Amino acid sequence: MLTNYLKITLAVMKRRKMFTFITLFGISMTLSILIVLTAFYEHIFSGNYPEVNRDRCLYATLLEEQNTKEGGMRRGPMSLYYINNYIKTLKTPEKTAFSTVPNTINIYGNGKKLRLFFKYTDPVFWEITRFEFLEGKAYTQKDVDNNEQVVIINTDTRDDYFGKGVSAVGKTMEINGQSLKVIGVIRGCPITRLVVAADLYIPYHLQKRASEEVKEYNGGYTAIVMAKTPADLPKIQQEYAEVVPRIPLLTYGGFTPDRLNAGLSTYFDSIVRDMFFGSGDGSARARFYLFVTIFALLFMSLPAINLVNINISRILERASEIGIRKAFGASAQKLVTQFVIENIILTIFGGLLAILISAVFIWWFNSSHLIPYADLAINWTVVAVALTLSLIFGLMSGVYPAWRMSRLPAVEALRG
Amino acid sequence: MIHLSNIEKVYRTETIETLALNNISLSIEKGEFLSIMGPSGSGKSTLLNIMGLLDEPTKGRIRLDQEEIDDFSDKKLSRFRNQKIGFIFQSYHLINDLPVLDNVELPLLYRNVSAGERRRLASAALEKVGLSNRMKHYPSQLSGGQKQRVAIARAIVGKPEIILADEPTGNLDSAMGNEIMEILENLNRTDHTTIVMVTHDENMARRTHRLVRLFDGSLVSSNTFVN
Ligand SMILES: Nc1ncnc2c1ncn2[C@@H]1O[C@H](COP(=O)(O)OP(=O)(O)OP(=O)(O)O)[C@@H](O)[C@H]1O
Ligand SMILES: [Mg+2]
Repeated sequence: MLTNYLKITLAVMKRRKMFTFITLFGISMTLSILIVLTAFYEHIFSGNYPEVNRDRCLYATLLEEQNTKEGGMRRGPMSLYYINNYIKTLKTPEKTAFSTVPNTINIYGNGKKLRLFFKYTDPVFWEITRFEFLEGKAYTQKDVDNNEQVVIINTDTRDDYFGKGVSAVGKTMEINGQSLKVIGVIRGCPITRLVVAADLYIPYHLQKRASEEVKEYNGGYTAIVMAKTPADLPKIQQEYAEVVPRIPLLTYGGFTPDRLNAGLSTYFDSIVRDMFFGSGDGSARARFYLFVTIFALLFMSLPAINLVNINISRILERASEIGIRKAFGASAQKLVTQFVIENIILTIFGGLLAILISAVFIWWFNSSHLIPYADLAINWTVVAVALTLSLIFGLMSGVYPAWRMSRLPAVEALRG
Repeated sequence: MIHLSNIEKVYRTETIETLALNNISLSIEKGEFLSIMGPSGSGKSTLLNIMGLLDEPTKGRIRLDQEEIDDFSDKKLSRFRNQKIGFIFQSYHLINDLPVLDNVELPLLYRNVSAGERRRLASAALEKVGLSNRMKHYPSQLSGGQKQRVAIARAIVGKPEIILADEPTGNLDSAMGNEIMEILENLNRTDHTTIVMVTHDENMARRTHRLVRLFDGSLVSSNTFVN
């Protein structure tokens, strides 16, 4: 019986090319857009290479010094002075790493000008992140103590500066007027890993202006605080929240802040806050979710309505077929089963098509170098949920009209 | 085989009521070949549809093959239509999305018949109506007479005890009409199938056992022929 339903479905699909096309197009386009969007979402928010510890890390990316009475605010990353005195001193975290926000630099190598992102980091940075070293190794506290003139580069930089696939460890690069020896080559990560991505990594002691000395709170650094387990994160946030109000306020020339705002956020919160909305983690997250939900609902409702519509007209159009089948012995239940199976088959076809389309798109995107080192991937949970949803829509929109039609006396269905 | 008593059928629309059948009582014996005539709109199709359980009468009782039909569940009605009745419609009513062979297989699809057996029986039925060379065609690729013969093949494939034919020769030329009449006569003679046929053609009606005439929803006369 099942093979029969399958045969009928294929015959109908073949004979009604327009309907088949519209239905398949609707289902597969919606699903593939959904799959690709979630791939981007995960690309930005999930703990991907090299931030595999993201779920037990908190990020300090923003510090505000504010004068609430006269107005005025200094807002941005932190100084090393601040991080050393008020973040590295926290007791609950396992480790704290810091690095500058990425800056661009022009260097000349291999006969061309390269425009690269560089970062100053501490050695702990390499313990919290899990970069893959294709050559050499990370710098350590000992290298910092010995004032070693070293640099870590990613593969793209190596290929551009030294030549494709050429071994780079031990060779020197001219960077910022310093001669730095390459001690490690890493597999790079996409720029969307905002806190850790760069082309060149230089140990922080080589920064010309020894920012450790400068007694300011705002500066060029962000910090990553790693807990022993994700469960410790609230405790760390709590400890920090108790520290911040006791930090003495500084005066800068004519600006006298009377308030210091600083917090440790999960990666998600810090990005959402920085990218979309102002300060205040909780409300930013709420607004972000509201935004995403409304967008997803609007986005999904159009094809859902479309699908329901197509299904209903597809069935109404086949009133006379229903009448004929009834006249020759199809029960209402068998008719409903037939339409349900047709819908399921169509949806599955659409789903497979969507997986194919998004896989091709993601493959193209990853290899296109639009974002170097992009590692978008299909989230199979999303595929499963989306397919289930469209099956449910397909069923609801198919079962009801089919059931209504199959209840009609055969003569009325025959009349069409 | 078919017993109708005091059948009434009223069609109600918002503005008017049409009395399509008025107090019809009619008994058709097993193996009988009955023809129905009457002017257009006199209720012939309505009567046939009620006999075939495609439509419900407003009043009256139906007995089919010793079974009183009242309050039949959808399941039971569909089994009855599937196993006892073969319909030939005035306007063919083939499924355009399916090829001829699949159309003919339709009644068997709703019985427990294996795919191979369905194929075999449907081919045999098509052979009977002289269409074995058109099995893979779609209905839209057939002439009117060919469509009507497919419809006949579909009606006879399940060997039903009753065939209800609504103007099976109405759209055909006389030669083709004659061929189809011969098929029906054969079924009636060899398989003792009970046949009820609506027709506008006096000559066709004369070839059956009995003719009843409808006028404005009422039975007005009945002739018995000795063939
Ligand atoms: N669904 C309906 N709604 C309202 N009136 C209907 C409906 N079906 C049939 N009728 C009316 O019932 C009467 C009988 O119709 P029926 O189709 O049985 O006639 P018929 O004898 O088969 O005619 P023909 O020879 O033209 O096929 C007609 O007056 C018709 O208008
Ligand atoms: Mg009629």
